[in-house]
Amino acid sequence: MDYILLFEYALLGQKMGLIGALFAITLGIAAYSTYGERKVAAFLQDRLGPSNAGPWGLLQPIADGVKMFTKEDFIPNKAEKWLYILAPGAFIFVALMTSAVIPWGTKLTMFGMNLDLQVTDINIGILYIMGFVSLGVYGIMLGGWASNNKFALYGAIRASSQMISYELAMGLSVIAVVMLSGSLSLKTIVEGQAGLWNVVYQPLGFLIFFVCALAECNRAPFDMAECETELVGGYHTEYSSMKLGFFLFAEYINMFISCTVISCMYFGGYNFPGIDPDWLWGLAGPAVLFTKIIFFIFVFMWIRWTLPRFRYDQLMHLGWKSLIPLALLNMILTGGGILLLGK
Amino acid sequence: MQQLTNRSKNVVNKEMNFWERTYLLAILKGMWTTLKHLFRKSNTISYPKEKRPFAPVYRGWHVLKRDAQGRENCTACGLCAIACPAEAITMEAAERKKGEEHLYREEKYAAVYEINMLRCIFCGLCEEACPKEAIFLTDRIVPSDYVRQEFIFGKDMLVEGVAPDQRIDITVRQKHVQEQN
Repeated sequence: MDYILLFEYALLGQKMGLIGALFAITLGIAAYSTYGERKVAAFLQDRLGPSNAGPWGLLQPIADGVKMFTKEDFIPNKAEKWLYILAPGAFIFVALMTSAVIPWGTKLTMFGMNLDLQVTDINIGILYIMGFVSLGVYGIMLGGWASNNKFALYGAIRASSQMISYELAMGLSVIAVVMLSGSLSLKTIVEGQAGLWNVVYQPLGFLIFFVCALAECNRAPFDMAECETELVGGYHTEYSSMKLGFFLFAEYINMFISCTVISCMYFGGYNFPGIDPDWLWGLAGPAVLFTKIIFFIFVFMWIRWTLPRFRYDQLMHLGWKSLIPLALLNMILTGGGILLLGK
Repeated sequence: MQQLTNRSKNVVNKEMNFWERTYLLAILKGMWTTLKHLFRKSNTISYPKEKRPFAPVYRGWHVLKRDAQGRENCTACGLCAIACPAEAITMEAAERKKGEEHLYREEKYAAVYEINMLRCIFCGLCEEACPKEAIFLTDRIVPSDYVRQEFIFGKDMLVEGVAPDQRIDITVRQKHVQEQN
């Protein structure tokens, strides 16, 4: 047999395995984020949270999944049927696509094999993520418009205008990081943080990116697209059953990916002082990264259950008049710093 | 005016400075507040699994007591029905036949004894009026139902069982009432 072909098959198998594992982990983390969210909310409000399904309510996400699947799947009479069905699928699809370029660790050395812990190291990794994340608004937009409901449409309009105003500041804060590491590849960005993390050089950039990530995930205090108190359920008012489940799931996947990107861009990814990411057959790296991710997911939830929702005009004000000038300033300062210190 | 607490704060309508307008400190303060709650004990009582103890004065579902030999205390004197401000109690008296001495303590007994639980205001005056220590209010909650008719409790719902484990304990409330008098 042709050895090159065999090698190709092995590589293909490896990548397929990694993609499958990532898929499972992403969905698992998204499912348990719902549980975590309810537990964190409960503890912050001196309650117990889900505690009946399984020990400490650990089987709650499974019960929720069963519930979602067995509910009536309702399509409004005047809805744009195909777009209505397409929207949740599109939303969850783009949410799942982003994890492809994230370096989860250096490599896995098991059974005498070297497994690369990144599905693909494309040289525009961060750009790819930004691109896909901004596609996410199409799912919301389509869903909101196709529902033929004014509340859903309001939610969709708010989501898209929010997206435009935050994407800019987010991109500008990313540019500063790219200037520091000299590459758009996430692998190179993470490798560049083996010593000091980027957050030390980019505290302002991190703050901007973090605020934008909150807005990007449509999470409180920026959950304009949903805001139950004003818009019933926002863009998913008319959705039911697993279509609604897809929307909610995709939001949690987005949160997971956002936390991963924050960890990789500003907090050293799989690096941690004193821990070699190659330890334990290379599992130390992913363990460190996942600890960081879970910490940031907790911070996201913590913020959600602390801060009230911004008013719509305040949000636009913050985006256009504060974050974008700050991000520009941050970019200029970073450029000046690199020029003067010659890092 | 005299200050009753030291919790009130003077409100000043001054312009916020730059750092105050970023709200960063305020946000951190808020997050510190919620973080403190994270480690606080929860107030929840998961009801069917754990139950809060009732107050000793709690007045719920009535019981018609039997004496130590298992005979019904009630003699159908009707004092409870007269005392009842809600007119919830009604009864029909009957004469004890020969051979029924093990069932009823006195020569007269209540053949029918009904309390309309929708009318009852659980004031406990029936208990106070009873000369035979036959009726007591207990710490049991009256079960809910869909039909009004079901709330007219007859003797089957009110009289306690003969077996020792079917007896309804009323000592806590009785003791409390005695202490009050």
